[in-house]
Amino acid sequence: MTHKEFEEMLISRQTLPVYEKLKNARIGIAGLGGLGSNIAMMLARAGVGSLVLADFDTVEISNLNRQHYFIRHLGMKKSMALEEQLKEVNSWISLKTYDIRITGKNAAEIFKDCPIICEAFDNPVSKAELTSAVLSDLPNTYVVAGSGMAGHSSANNIRTTHPMRRLYVCGDGVTEIGNDVSLIAPRVQLCAAHQANAAIRLCLGLTDI
Amino acid sequence: MKVNGEIIHLHSEISLADFVAQQGYRKERIAVELNGEIIPKSAYDDTMVTEADTMEIVHFVGGG
Repeated sequence: MTHKEFEEMLISRQTLPVYEKLKNARIGIAGLGGLGSNIAMMLARAGVGSLVLADFDTVEISNLNRQHYFIRHLGMKKSMALEEQLKEVNSWISLKTYDIRITGKNAAEIFKDCPIICEAFDNPVSKAELTSAVLSDLPNTYVVAGSGMAGHSSANNIRTTHPMRRLYVCGDGVTEIGNDVSLIAPRVQLCAAHQANAAIRLCLGLTDI
Repeated sequence: MKVNGEIIHLHSEISLADFVAQQGYRKERIAVELNGEIIPKSAYDDTMVTEADTMEIVHFVGGG
């Protein structure tokens, strides 16, 4: 397959204006676990031209139940394992990967060139810290966050909300991981899909939900 | 004042840190927009909330 064939495939399915907007988009993903790895794969398939990916973590057995990694990735850095897979779907995507722990202090520097950032952490304190820091330090950036996708309640409870002008939150908003509540692939992927879709809509200039 | 679309009566001016604690939120798990401005975590103690304000509070739960 050539680059031209790949581009023609996307244009024939998405129309030229959509293809061009997505190709020129740059999206940041903070955290490459259940949400982030799945968001990245969807954005790459959609033809998003450029991704900035950040996670300090290594692929473990406990990730295989919901994260987009395979047995062959065990022990690899998530940023590298994801880069490998994204290139298998879209060899021409531009990737910037950071094997680093994102905090409120370094987030703005790492994602400063990304008009849209997907928050894809596991820990609620990290989610709140990243969201607050990015929205206050980068005054034109949108954040698409995930909150509430654990357990096995109805898929219909996962939704996209728009609580603040530059913040979208996907999930059911309440179901947290705990002693009796774990993360199961479909609901995590539903939430990731909501986030990827919200990010794509923003690339197309669609700000409503 | 208006918080997440609901009217709340505030009897006196109060810091944002105290207000969110009174409302039952854990400061480290939320993001706050006050009158359209995102408030950085470091400013919660020094930001005052009044009856005239409109606030959005997003509370994050774990999992990802």
